[in-house]
This record gives sequence, structure tokens and C-alpha cells, in this order.
Amino acid sequence: MLRRTPLFSAHEKLGAKLVDFEGWEMPVQYTSITDEHLAVRNAAGIFDISHMGEITVSGAVAVDFLNSVLTNDIRKIGPGEGQYTLMCNERGGTIDDLYAYSLSRGVYFLIVNASRVQADVAWLQKQAAQFHRSDQLYMTDASHNYAAVAVQGPRVKEFIDECISGSSNCAQRVSRVTALKKNQIGGFLFRGHDVMVSRTGYTGEDGFEIVGNDAPIQGVWDAVLEAGKRFGIKPCGLGARDTLRTEVCYPLYGHELNENITPIEAGLGFFVSLDKGDFVGRAVLAEQKANGVTKKCVAFKMTDKSAPPRPHYPIWANGNRVGEVVSGTQSPSLNLGIGMGYVPPEFAKPGTAIEIEIRGKRSAAVTVQKPIYKK
Amino acid sequence: MSDIPADLKYARSHEWVRVSGGVATVGISDHAQHELTDVVFLELPEVGKQVKAGEACAVVESVKTASDIYSPVSGEITEVNKAAVDNPAVVNSDPYAGGWFYKIKLSNPSELNSLLTPEQYGEQVGG
Repeated sequence: MLRRTPLFSAHEKLGAKLVDFEGWEMPVQYTSITDEHLAVRNAAGIFDISHMGEITVSGAVAVDFLNSVLTNDIRKIGPGEGQYTLMCNERGGTIDDLYAYSLSRGVYFLIVNASRVQADVAWLQKQAAQFHRSDQLYMTDASHNYAAVAVQGPRVKEFIDECISGSSNCAQRVSRVTALKKNQIGGFLFRGHDVMVSRTGYTGEDGFEIVGNDAPIQGVWDAVLEAGKRFGIKPCGLGARDTLRTEVCYPLYGHELNENITPIEAGLGFFVSLDKGDFVGRAVLAEQKANGVTKKCVAFKMTDKSAPPRPHYPIWANGNRVGEVVSGTQSPSLNLGIGMGYVPPEFAKPGTAIEIEIRGKRSAAVTVQKPIYKK
Repeated sequence: MSDIPADLKYARSHEWVRVSGGVATVGISDHAQHELTDVVFLELPEVGKQVKAGEACAVVESVKTASDIYSPVSGEITEVNKAAVDNPAVVNSDPYAGGWFYKIKLSNPSELNSLLTPEQYGEQVGG
């Protein structure tokens, strides 16, 4: 039996095409992936992201504990701020990539991938059991308490204050939602219910993610669609979410990242703080940063007219098979095939000619600087 | 509710067939284009190729995925729709006319009898 989010009936009413995504019955599209994608690039879109996981970590040693299991330095963020970070195993392989928010001193809120909630919680519990002073550490998988939506696009800032009005009452103290800066998070009241709003997203556009209990998030969904109507807002499914994030080269767990891929190999070294002290996986990541990697995540564009690249298609260079595509699609913004894949570092330099094997036939492509799409 | 023209025959795998003088024109149904959405690429068979009924002989790619197209009938490919290769969106906008895929000279016209009538196909896709 697939799990359903509190927005399920809203999706059905909108005529969404529903698919099984990691055990959740989620909308893949409502009308057209291309239309939804372009709505987010040019105006606004709203996504149901209630399937994502939420884990709270608090206590006097929470900051030290999180710094021992996450790659980024959590001390860089203060109350009301968030950061992108990763969690690695001893081999430097990625357990998950996530957003960590500080809600107040010693209180952290982690938003993790739906597919990884159980693996993350098991890993965190195992690490906590080995952590000294774990009696001062409190950890809860709060995923079942929360629903969430992402409201994304350049025009969202023109109407989001109408939907969630007033000033924040916790975390980042601001006079209104649009006063939040990128990566900040604040607690607001929506019709008397607490919701947390962060200025974050997974599309490469400005926007907000709103987390709360079922009832207020159902209300936010309707209010945003209503207020965004005159700006051309569209409800958007996982199909557009994937094309949007691929254009801006954001990793998707299970594609660019897994337990055998390190953040350095994935090109996410910016989110690995080697000088903050020890953390799980640090030795391998430091070694890779110093001496290089054997495979690297590259972005590429098709240069000839071809079918879109897809995950698992072979990558060729100089007549040899050198790697594999991990994400690939037709870019609705650029109207050509784009993707990401792993190749040895000698083929990773932007501008390198490669070929993508599509159904037994090789088509020309070129590696490009990330992100593939930039305004 | 999808459009199912009354003068065509249909395959369970959502292709349509229009027969004229021993040559069949093949495309995909309105229901199929609606399910696929956003057709971005077509890979059509070579002219002269012999195909068997039920054989995967073309690929239609949407933004999300690649789908095989199965020939509803056997024969030799006589013509492919180059205009649709250049502008795949026509498969979405005009599936029964401008969005045709290929023409095939029937080698076994009796196969047409096992295809679905518009009524039967309508039942399959739920009207």
C-alpha cells in the first residue's frame, strides 16, 4: 500500500498523474512537465514535498554531535539559518544529502530525502550511541508529523506575504516572509497554526519551503494556488522537479549520490569542511581532496540532435567506454538533451568532447560548467 | 476524454492504423499522446525495413521517459514522417493527422482483423 500525503485529494482533484515514488503515491505531473517547468522558471509553481523526512536533534551536545556526522560545519549557522550538508559513512560514501536548520540554540531540524529517512535515522542512532555525552542528546524522527510544500519561481515574492501574513515568532525574526534571506528559516502563524518557512528550494529559482502539520499545509496549498493565480502559478509534479534540478545540477540521492559516491566525487567539496575537526568519512574526503579522485560527476549537453540522455546510458570518450549517465532529460529551458554522469577526471574538464550511447548508437555531447542552465 | 476517430483500427498498445490500398499509416492515439505528454523526440524505422506485427520498431521520447512503439501490422516500411521528426510536438497536437509515424505496405492484411475497433479501444482506455 502506497503512502499518501495530506495533499493527495488535492492532487486527484487537479487531475494529477500519480506514480509510486519511493513508496509514496505522488504527482509526477498535472498537465505537462514542460509547462510546469516553464511556469517555475518564468513565474511560479507549487510542489507537494510532504514525503520528505524531518528529524529533530537537540540538547547541549547537539552541535558537536551534528558536526561529527555531517560534512559541513554546522557552527557556520546561527538560529534561524540553514545550510546544505551531507552525511557520510566511514568510506566517505554518502548516506544522505540534507538541509540542516538551526531553530534556536541547541535545536536543529534536518530535512532529509524521503527514500533515506530510515537509513538516516538508523545511522544517526548508531553514531549517537557511540557519542560521548549522548545522555545530553535528543533525537526524534518527526517525519510523520509534517507535511510540506515548496513554492518556487521569480514571482513568488510578489504574493507569498498575502498567503502567510505577519511577522515571524521564532527562529529568524523578520517582519514578513519575504524579509527572509536565502537559507533563513522563520516560524510564522498561518490561520492560527505554526508553520516554518525557509527561503530555499530545489529548482534554481527564488522561493520558499513551508513545513507544518497536515491542516495548515493543506490550507497553504489552496491559499498559494489562489493568490498565485494572477501570476500564472501552476501545481507542479515530480517530473518538473527533476528537470528543474537537473538543469541547475542539484544532486538527487540515488542518482548523483549513493553510499559508494563521496561528496568530493560528486563535486560537492564546497559543503565539506575539512578544517572543522573530525567527522565520519573525513579521512577519505581529505585524501581525495589532496590527491584527487578516480571518478567525477560532470554535467553535459548533447551537441547533435538526439534522443534525450537517460540514467545508465554509457558515456564514451576517445573511442572508449569511460562512464555512465546518472541523470538525463530533455531540458525544457534549453530545448536540448542534458545530463550528468561519472567519468574519470581526465574527461571532466568543461569543453571535453564525449559521446552518449543511446540504444546502441553514440551521439555527440560536450561536458559543460555547472550549472547547465543559468539565467 | 480522449478522441478516438471512428474510421481507424487500434492496437492494445495504443497505436492506430489507417488503411488505404494495401498500405497502412501508423501513429499513436490521442490517449497515448496524452499519457506521454511533451513528446520531444521520435526515432522511426528505416524505409525498406521489414517489420513484424508486435515488433518494437519506433521510439517516442517524452521529457520523462522513452517508450517503444509496436507495429500493429507486418510489412515493409515505405515512408516515415520526417516533419514529425523535426517537430515532435505535432504528435501531441495532431496525433491522427500531422503526427503520423510511418507507412507500411501490408504483407498480411488479415492481421487487421485482430486489431481493435474504435468501440473496443474506447472500452480499453475507459472512454
